[in-house]
Amino acid sequence: MLEVANLRSAYGRIEVLKGIDLDVQTGEIVALIGSNGAGKTTLLRTLSGIQPITGGEIRFKGERIDRLPPHLRVELGITQSPEGRQVFGPLSVEDNLRLGAYRRRDREIGQDRDRIFAMFPILAEKKHLMAGGLSGGQQQMLAIGRALMGRPKLLLLDEPSLGLSPLLVDQILEAIVSLKKDGITVLLVEQNASAALAIADRGYVLETGKVAYSGAGSTLLADPQVKAAYLGVA
Amino acid sequence: MAEFLQFLISGLTVGAVYALVALGFTLIYNASGVVNFAQGEFVMLGGMVTVFAAAAGVPLPLAAVIAICAAIAIGLLLHRFAIEPARGASAVTLIIITIGASILLRGLAAIVFDKQFHKLPAFTGDTPVDMLGAAVQPQSFWVLGGTAVVVLALYIFLEHTLLGKAVLATAANRLAARLVGINTTTIMALAFGGSAAIGAIAGILVTPITLTSYDVGTLLALKGFAAAMLGGMGNPVGAVVGGMLLGLLEAFGAGYISSTYKDAFAFLVILIVLFAAPQGLFGRRAVERV
Repeated sequence: MLEVANLRSAYGRIEVLKGIDLDVQTGEIVALIGSNGAGKTTLLRTLSGIQPITGGEIRFKGERIDRLPPHLRVELGITQSPEGRQVFGPLSVEDNLRLGAYRRRDREIGQDRDRIFAMFPILAEKKHLMAGGLSGGQQQMLAIGRALMGRPKLLLLDEPSLGLSPLLVDQILEAIVSLKKDGITVLLVEQNASAALAIADRGYVLETGKVAYSGAGSTLLADPQVKAAYLGVA
Repeated sequence: MAEFLQFLISGLTVGAVYALVALGFTLIYNASGVVNFAQGEFVMLGGMVTVFAAAAGVPLPLAAVIAICAAIAIGLLLHRFAIEPARGASAVTLIIITIGASILLRGLAAIVFDKQFHKLPAFTGDTPVDMLGAAVQPQSFWVLGGTAVVVLALYIFLEHTLLGKAVLATAANRLAARLVGINTTTIMALAFGGSAAIGAIAGILVTPITLTSYDVGTLLALKGFAAAMLGGMGNPVGAVVGGMLLGLLEAFGAGYISSTYKDAFAFLVILIVLFAAPQGLFGRRAVERV
């Protein structure tokens, strides 16, 4: 579904992605782990088209998309729940979700919204409130819900568990696994490496802008080097 | 009492014009973060194009429509060729670009039109209406009514249409707006076009009262900016309230203190707001950004 080849990107003269090769197959959950500054968020931003690339290519369903503006990538079915949630603070929860479906013209937007409300009932309770007033966990649910409202084929999730209580982390992870059953392909960036690898089919470990390790989630979980560096186990 | 009422109505009338200019500032600021100092030139264009089209024999309502369309075209050109190429530049750079654009537009207006003052006939006659002893020009009602219609239309657009909500979303969080598929360049163009239209409408409504010439935009932009600052930059309600307050302040100040200092009040307001409460009356507090 997604193929990334020799992808490079830079902020000014500082190269952050130094030739990334990665692929995501239809129906997979793929986890992207690595320490701060490894380039995980930058990679997701290049996939959504809000961070320019300096080399390499991105293909989605076989077509080059690396020159497309962000809104056309959303139209193709790539949506993102960004790091730090980034909800539309002054707008209501309901409006945030509606805007997630901004590029859709079909009649099932209301149904999809109800599905999000069923997935995260707290959002239904607070649908008329300003998104900026929600707690961190609720904003995270809203950001994921908003990305789902775009009816993604490929969902990019950036740090969905950051700053959440363990209970909420479990709830979010469960929601991600349930997406897979709905046929949504997920590329998941996580600090919480063990949790991410546990639910992922495959994983990539990024180190300073390059793929250091890759393999099945369970293989990476068992890998002594990955364990030592990212799972906090000696 | 009659005197008070007289000042009140003239203050509200001129305040409505400031409110429209401030709304123009607000719309562009929200969509793009740019403080557009060429906003006053849209007001000038509205008045001047209407005057010259009417002088060429075009019926007044049609002349007004032509003027609004001309202003929208200029607004879109300004965005496309001056603001868009400088995307990513600092706020100061963008402000200087808009000041440059405003000087250019003023110069072009002096050449294309002329440097004389021009008047439009009042839309429904010049016979003052007596209101509790105050003599009110019928055009005042046009200005107030026109402003009310513009404010209401803008409110409905922003709060009750998907495109309007996309404008608000872009203002709230540009990154997230792009991630949900909002084409923020289009939203910015829309804001420039809309602001230009609002400015032109203000110019058309007020020209029968205040006259117009190629250089009325400068002072109006500053007054509108003062109004927007007073209300809180970026807040549409603040822009309207700020405009009205500024108009009233000017009218009462000129009436009860001295008309010599009429224009000074706006600048006094800018200074006081900047020193005492930079977020204005309805401004967002900075902590909202997480």
